[in-house]
Amino acid sequence: MNKDTGIAINVDSVSKLFRIPHEKHATLKAAALNVFSKKSYTEFSALEDIGFEVRKGEFFGIIGRNGCGKSTLLKIIAGIYLPTSGNVKFDGRISPFLELGVGFNPELTARENIFLGGSILGLTRKELEASFDKIVEFSELAEFIDMKFKNFSSGMQVRLAFALAIYAHAEILLMDEVLAVGDSNFQSKCLKEFNKYKQEGKTVVLVTHDIDIVQRYCDRVMLLRNGRISKIGNPEDVCNAYKHQNMSDEESRINQQEGTGGEKSSADSRLRLSEIKILDSSNYERLVFETGETFVISVQIESEFEQKIDLGGSIISNNGRYIAGFSTKGEQIPVSKGKNYYTYKINSLPLLNGDYYLNIAIFDSRTFAYVDLVEKAREFKVFSNIENKDGLILLKADWERISVDD
Amino acid sequence: MNKANSYNYSGLIKELALTDFKLKYKASFFGYLWSLGKPLMLFGVLLVVFTKMFKLGGAIANYPVYLLLGIVLWTYFVESTFSSMSSIVGKGELIRKVYFPRIVLTISASVTALITLFLNLMVVAIFMFFSGVSPSVFSPLMVLLMIEFFILTSGVSLFLAALFVRFRDVGHIWEVCAQALFYATPILYPLSFVPDSLGQVIMLSPIAQIIQDSRYILITTETGTVFSTLSFPVNLIPYSLSFVVFIIGYWIFQKEASRFAEEI
Repeated sequence: MNKDTGIAINVDSVSKLFRIPHEKHATLKAAALNVFSKKSYTEFSALEDIGFEVRKGEFFGIIGRNGCGKSTLLKIIAGIYLPTSGNVKFDGRISPFLELGVGFNPELTARENIFLGGSILGLTRKELEASFDKIVEFSELAEFIDMKFKNFSSGMQVRLAFALAIYAHAEILLMDEVLAVGDSNFQSKCLKEFNKYKQEGKTVVLVTHDIDIVQRYCDRVMLLRNGRISKIGNPEDVCNAYKHQNMSDEESRINQQEGTGGEKSSADSRLRLSEIKILDSSNYERLVFETGETFVISVQIESEFEQKIDLGGSIISNNGRYIAGFSTKGEQIPVSKGKNYYTYKINSLPLLNGDYYLNIAIFDSRTFAYVDLVEKAREFKVFSNIENKDGLILLKADWERISVDD
Repeated sequence: MNKANSYNYSGLIKELALTDFKLKYKASFFGYLWSLGKPLMLFGVLLVVFTKMFKLGGAIANYPVYLLLGIVLWTYFVESTFSSMSSIVGKGELIRKVYFPRIVLTISASVTALITLFLNLMVVAIFMFFSGVSPSVFSPLMVLLMIEFFILTSGVSLFLAALFVRFRDVGHIWEVCAQALFYATPILYPLSFVPDSLGQVIMLSPIAQIIQDSRYILITTETGTVFSTLSFPVNLIPYSLSFVVFIIGYWIFQKEASRFAEEI
């Protein structure tokens, strides 16, 4: 590659095909006995015609669902797998590892592990001696440096591994889900370190499914889906595409799972809840919503005669927390013989990211006894695009500066 | 360009070999002495059997030291090939997570065995001293012989390590082969005990050549070597065979190496 093209990694139409044999001859004996039998295998295409470039000094993210091929791609870039076709070029020294702490031996002390792990990453003893103090300082483990690695907590292990990785002096750093471990303090320290890396003109390629990290730190993001590039561009667009992808996948999954849905306990068959649905603003049935969308609960009630009833429901988060309840208590609603329809419309759904379910009941307003109850009538999922809001409920509020006059 | 990271991997080989060595002997109380115990025990048993029961030793001057040297060299060959064989399979996690030339793992396992051999040869030297055996003027050639032995052993190791990734019964097969090779090599018996025609075949093996040459230059010039059993062009076969084995082993290993990460 020419000097200063500004390109750190060039992936050129890379494909990876895995051959999964139907019977694997794990022994020489079996292989010898089956020399003449036809070998059959299933071909699995993990990556198809992947091509992209990563510029120097870029923080490049790769996202996608499990099994989309993102780890395979990273392994090909690192040289661990050979691509079936296509090739990868890079300019600059690449870190050949994907996970923190590879090559560490639990029986050795932290000090010995720095030298062992470091040389596996391609550093010479001299280089390691030169940066030893900095590694120890960054890991904050100076007092434990002669302790056996196996006695370290997992957080301490990650700290040491990350410190070593950072000081491995590669110009291109490849990282697969590194930030899954370690406390949030250390995570933010690591990400800051990545930023420093970037400023030095070094390149970081991070594979993750944490949208938050991608949006906050990446310059450019690539979304993979079933081994193909689905979208590549700025974090915001790609992450939105990823969320929508997840939403529609989730929708079809829940739909498949649910036959009729709900656990029914009916006390009076003369009055029953026959169908419960969740609709969106255009009356389509959906199970995955975004915060702020119109959310309509539609209930079908069958009654054998005309009467007045009380209807109610509740939204429960999937860890069992009661989020909200609503009912017609005190203002009984009329039903006539046959099918009756009622809807409960939430104009702007105030729920944030999470899994929830809906309980619906007809009850007796004096005794509070259930006439009919459908628990988990519908399970639904909420995705949220809103930054800086945590928890389950969206608060509509603004910050305001108050000036104080003397 | 993928593999253009021009690191110097000898540092890594050294680091891995020393770590292995350290871990191997750190765990047990007797440390290194423990590893010496195995060849010494074998030596003790064979010495009793062959000098007291079969009266074999009488034919050779300094038979005990002669036997010990043979056993120490043989032990190196067996231990090195067995530990190198699993060097790839045993480090699956590493291979799936980081790129470096895979050959580093196998060679470093061979180097670990070489360190043990070196220490064991020190013990042989002590025995020689107490038995009053004085090595010949050719003894510095021992260095060249050990280099040849290392090359031969690494070649076999590379072949076995690559094969072991695919076929897990190679371990058992090699065990049987090694056993046969042990008896096909003049370790216990002097070469003079076998018929000439058989002796000529036996001496084609580089292992027999290395052991007999070592005995010749260190212990007794009476022992048979390739030079005393084979004539000129033929007696170069065992020497070149060591290198041929290495080249074949290396070639097969490198051909397979790129697929190790997927196959393990």
